[in-house]
Amino acid sequence: MRSFSRHTGLVVPLDGANVDTDQIIPKQFLKSIRRTGFGDNLFDAWRYLDEGEMGMNPNERRIDHDFVLNLPRYAGGSVLLARRNFGCGSSREHAVWALLEYGFRCVVAPSFADIFATNALKNGLLLVALAEEVVSALFAHTHANEGFSLTVDLPAQQIAGGGFSTRFDIEPERKRLLVNGLDDIALTLRHVDAIRAFEQDRRRRAPWVFEDAPV
Amino acid sequence: MTGSTLYDKIWRDHAVAEREDGSTILYVDRHLLHEVTSAQAFEGLALAGREPWRPGANLATPDHNVPTTNRAAGIGGIADPIAKAQVLALDENCKRFGIRQFEMTDIRQGIVHVIGPEQGATLPGMTIVCGDSHTSTHGAFAALAHGIGTSEVEHVLATQCLAQRKSRNMRIVAEGALGRGVTAKDLILAIVRAIGTAGATGHAIEYAGSAVRALSMEGRMTLCNMSIEAGGRAGMVAVDDTTIDYLRGRPFAPSGAMWNAAEAHWRGLVSDADAVFDREVALDAGAVVPQVTWGTSPELVLGVDEAVPQPEQFEDPAKRELCERALAYMELTPGVPIASVPVDRVFIGSCTNGRIEDFRAAALVLQGRQVASSVTQAMAVPGSGLVKKQAEDEGLDEVFLAAGFEWRDPGCSMCLAMNEDRLYPGERSAATSNRNFEGRQGYRGRTHLVSPAMAAAAAVAGRFTDVREML
Ligand code: SF4
Repeated sequence: MRSFSRHTGLVVPLDGANVDTDQIIPKQFLKSIRRTGFGDNLFDAWRYLDEGEMGMNPNERRIDHDFVLNLPRYAGGSVLLARRNFGCGSSREHAVWALLEYGFRCVVAPSFADIFATNALKNGLLLVALAEEVVSALFAHTHANEGFSLTVDLPAQQIAGGGFSTRFDIEPERKRLLVNGLDDIALTLRHVDAIRAFEQDRRRRAPWVFEDAPV
Repeated sequence: MTGSTLYDKIWRDHAVAEREDGSTILYVDRHLLHEVTSAQAFEGLALAGREPWRPGANLATPDHNVPTTNRAAGIGGIADPIAKAQVLALDENCKRFGIRQFEMTDIRQGIVHVIGPEQGATLPGMTIVCGDSHTSTHGAFAALAHGIGTSEVEHVLATQCLAQRKSRNMRIVAEGALGRGVTAKDLILAIVRAIGTAGATGHAIEYAGSAVRALSMEGRMTLCNMSIEAGGRAGMVAVDDTTIDYLRGRPFAPSGAMWNAAEAHWRGLVSDADAVFDREVALDAGAVVPQVTWGTSPELVLGVDEAVPQPEQFEDPAKRELCERALAYMELTPGVPIASVPVDRVFIGSCTNGRIEDFRAAALVLQGRQVASSVTQAMAVPGSGLVKKQAEDEGLDEVFLAAGFEWRDPGCSMCLAMNEDRLYPGERSAATSNRNFEGRQGYRGRTHLVSPAMAAAAAVAGRFTDVREML
């Protein structure tokens, strides 16, 4: 897993609550069997004026110049500012892969959907949840100040920039996982004996769980 | 000491150990796989030189990407080469890793969340996961079931476990009797409207109350299916006679002495009378009318007798903005009765409403009636090959065909439009699926979620209409 420690980046304000994973990466791109190749199609239906299909050359597509990601002042942004319940909807991890591949390292919003949050953690995308008023103030500040950047310091749990500074909460374990970029599967496999013992016991308690149906 | 909730009990029954990061290692009894979220997980597994921990725990089937016509042609019948590669990848991975798959041409193939219960692969007290958010469906059997991402799919394959944090407990109690023509779908849409799409975030939901007890297993699956639309990862219903009766004799369910032992255990899968929930929501089921969503979020719902709202009706500025955006995308005018809005395509199917009772309910409305000429296409897509066969044995296919519906082969189809079944820009659907997000059923398409009976009624009327007047 990719680790996250400190990051400074341009803030991109994506206004609107309940941004769902169907918007983050539309379904036609889920046909891929790889983990890469999603960055050009992040927010596809919002970024482009034509209908996107897999394998299209982004340079030949019609760009929606009004969409925030396409505004020159936000080019190269790596901190996404969003509203509440970001990432709701489908479990597609492709949403996280697309955000990372586009260049986002961190998303700041009042709240995140559960499965999306887990997927983000597994891939080293930092989610920072801040109070609704603080996020609103950040939106105003971003709109008013071209080039507004934030520095996110995960070990210090501090997010700051342009005279703004606040602490954010994160579960210590999640933080440790992110900062160290630990291999999630390896972490569980440290308990391989416990899993084996548990499985044996479960087989005894609930043998029907282990019955395979006749083919 | 206070009692335990159903969720607490299943959690406790599967907790293996605490990991250094504070999460609990939870043992996974059943893992369902499909073509869209598994390829990268199998690849990761192979790259790390790992093997599936317990191949027998897994059951796979292609569903999201398969065409719903010409099924006999199998994978060769998939026109889109990229989609075909994905279905082939599932096939190869299942063979390579020794995982049971219901292949495209197998009559047991279908949407994962339809086939699990149908086969009895979904059993009470199990932990069940799948790389799909609607895994919550299986909670209808008092199982702890939820959707996971691809990294977690790999994790489950490699360890037979999931690293999890315990959710909070939430109970939604629906008392009273649903009226004639009002279904589980209407009940869950009313619930999502009441609590919002983030209403149950961080919670495992238990549905209770006399209205829930009165539902069939299929109705309970519809209810639990859309828990994710309310923000909950899992939704469940306690075991009762309805649960037990449904499972008896299913292929993966135990039999003989083992059945008796299992049943005795399952009967205890209810929340204790003195269990405490972190949140409780009550709903009067008798007051629920047939529902229609009008916007681009499943919480933007109306009773069929209501009108499209004005943004000013919402006090919360975020909701007002959501409403404005939805009105523009859906091209709807505030104040217009939802029952006057015309539909272009009708879709009956999906893991929410693609089971036999759903087709029976729709056929009851379609019997002796015709799809309106203004409707471009009306599609009935069974949730599995076995649902399709059962419907045909009952003669339902003839009712659909006579009314002007297409009778398709099983798959996710126009629920998410990864195959050819879709809305075209500007078109409007009446759909029995679960999501009305922008572009969900096709680029710039507009989706209205309804029950199967309401979808059939809309097909006949050419617009949304109160199905109760047709029963
Ligand atoms: S029917 Fe729709 S919601 Fe259900 S699994 Fe398929 S795509 Fe997902």
